[in-house]
Amino acid sequence: MADDARSAARPAPACEVAAQVRSGALTARHVVERHLSAIAELDVELHAFVTVVGEEALADADAVDRRVQAGVDPGPLAGVPVALKDNMCTRGIATTCSSRILDGWKPPYDATVVERLRAAGAVVVGKTNLDEFAMGSSTENSAFGPSRNPYDLERVPGGSSGGSAAAVAAGLAPLALGSDTGGSIRQPAALCGVVGMKPTYGTVSRYGLVAFASSLDQIGPFARTVADAAALFDAIGGHDPMDSTSLERPAPRCVAAVGDGVTGLRVGLVQELLEGAEPAVVAAVRAAAETLEAAGASIEECSIPEVRHALPAYYLLAPAEASSNLARYDGVRYGLRVDAPDVAAMQGATRSAGFGPEVKRRIMLGTYALSAGYYDAYYAQAQKVRTLIIDAFDRAYQHVDVLLGATTPTTAFAIGSKVQDPWSMYLSDVFSVPSNLAGHPAVSVPFGADWSGLPIGVQVLAPALGEAAMLQAAAVIEDGAPPLAPPGVWAEPLGTAGWSSGGRA
Amino acid sequence: MDTSPTRHEPARLTRQDAAYVARLARIDLSDDELDQYAEQLATVLEHVAAMSALDTSGVEPTAHPLPLRNVLRADDVRPSLGRDEVLAQAPAAESGRFRVPRILGEAL
Repeated sequence: MADDARSAARPAPACEVAAQVRSGALTARHVVERHLSAIAELDVELHAFVTVVGEEALADADAVDRRVQAGVDPGPLAGVPVALKDNMCTRGIATTCSSRILDGWKPPYDATVVERLRAAGAVVVGKTNLDEFAMGSSTENSAFGPSRNPYDLERVPGGSSGGSAAAVAAGLAPLALGSDTGGSIRQPAALCGVVGMKPTYGTVSRYGLVAFASSLDQIGPFARTVADAAALFDAIGGHDPMDSTSLERPAPRCVAAVGDGVTGLRVGLVQELLEGAEPAVVAAVRAAAETLEAAGASIEECSIPEVRHALPAYYLLAPAEASSNLARYDGVRYGLRVDAPDVAAMQGATRSAGFGPEVKRRIMLGTYALSAGYYDAYYAQAQKVRTLIIDAFDRAYQHVDVLLGATTPTTAFAIGSKVQDPWSMYLSDVFSVPSNLAGHPAVSVPFGADWSGLPIGVQVLAPALGEAAMLQAAAVIEDGAPPLAPPGVWAEPLGTAGWSSGGRA
Repeated sequence: MDTSPTRHEPARLTRQDAAYVARLARIDLSDDELDQYAEQLATVLEHVAAMSALDTSGVEPTAHPLPLRNVLRADDVRPSLGRDEVLAQAPAAESGRFRVPRILGEAL
């Protein structure tokens, strides 16, 4: 390795890399080359990536370096490699949603988040694996095979953004984007020991995000630290005229808020967000509460019984929206077509061959919930329960500023252990879906490990647009968390000494 | 197909029910798949039964977490995706159009 490699030998969090690239101490090309070689070496084991875009990434890195040389600020994420969940459109680069039905499709446009990443100086290094169309909690529902957890290759990284979570955890990219419809950022973040945040609905443009359930989908960041997640959120957030559900607000400024502390912050520890969780997970959440209290927050135990109905409501509403959104895959305009003599037969055969079992299951469930005779009992009832949950959160937030609970009931489970039993898989999302139904932000922060060394995530929830207070609490929890050893699969070329901020030996 | 389910009755789905739903969803499924989905859907519906039984009289449904409104823009000419670029992604195209198999039952 070149001499200047030593300055990057430690896996510096994204903000640190960007600072060094902006100052000229490190070139973006060097940073990107190091990450590309780590991907080449380690992703054989993890299968975090579906597509790696080495040539494009190096060209983008060179453009950043040219700006630095010309004295132009390349942006707050200058030279930082970012992995994109493969349900975000990239112009001219395959966007698969880990589905056969998009076989061969290359989007003719970039998602808004991709344009914003580029404007911030970040460099997209690849597209990550997901459960097909983001439907799943393990990344096993990928047409290209499962991704693996860097802490234990026999276990899932969670899902649906499992590839993004695994890539960040293993040091293959300092940052990644995922999408969270029912926990698909927070759950894999918890299982892989990284920070994962679902922002308030409408704060990050969904233009170019392939739709799963439009009233629930939201793009958000993965990072190894809370400050890095905040920086990525700030870079991608803000109004976008291309998304009619985008909030007309200026871009968020959360980086500044992280580190402000939690003195006087009122935190509600939600009983229902611990129910059924493994003892190690419950203990971690309670320890996180103590950390907040020691830092000056007040802790109040609270009960929000309505969230018990969130999972059933979610598993009617999300499939219903999906069954409608996925009607567009009809073999006419893009992707796969299985030829047949007439259109109806072509569509039935195309969709049968193109969709995997979980996507078919959700389309079936959603179609059923919307069908004549069942609409009121299932879909309409779930929409009313959604109102009850939102009202219950509103009442809770009259007394507290943020809520605390577990992200997931368990740590990473074994590959194959839940695929035959859909409801047991859906239970992975039991603590994460309430925030999606309400449109609220929530973040998962690593907090130590269980007895077998698997990471545990603690979840901080906030009311709409409460990201700043939420991330302040998350940063304090991060500071007080027990050390988490690096995973077994870890980008050695990027350093062996430090996990987050530790120095070299 | 039974079109008037009572809320507390355990869900039962037959292969025929599943076939009806698959037809609505335009997905060809084998008999084995139909049986499997009928069983799995019934399991999910059992798990949502308690929610279905909640008293929600007087509760307004929420379709969306935001108060949605129509978003309009000035009706002026702007660049859009190129026709050829879009058609290049199609499984079949001809003379500047998407080509599809016949739609109506009769032969052309």
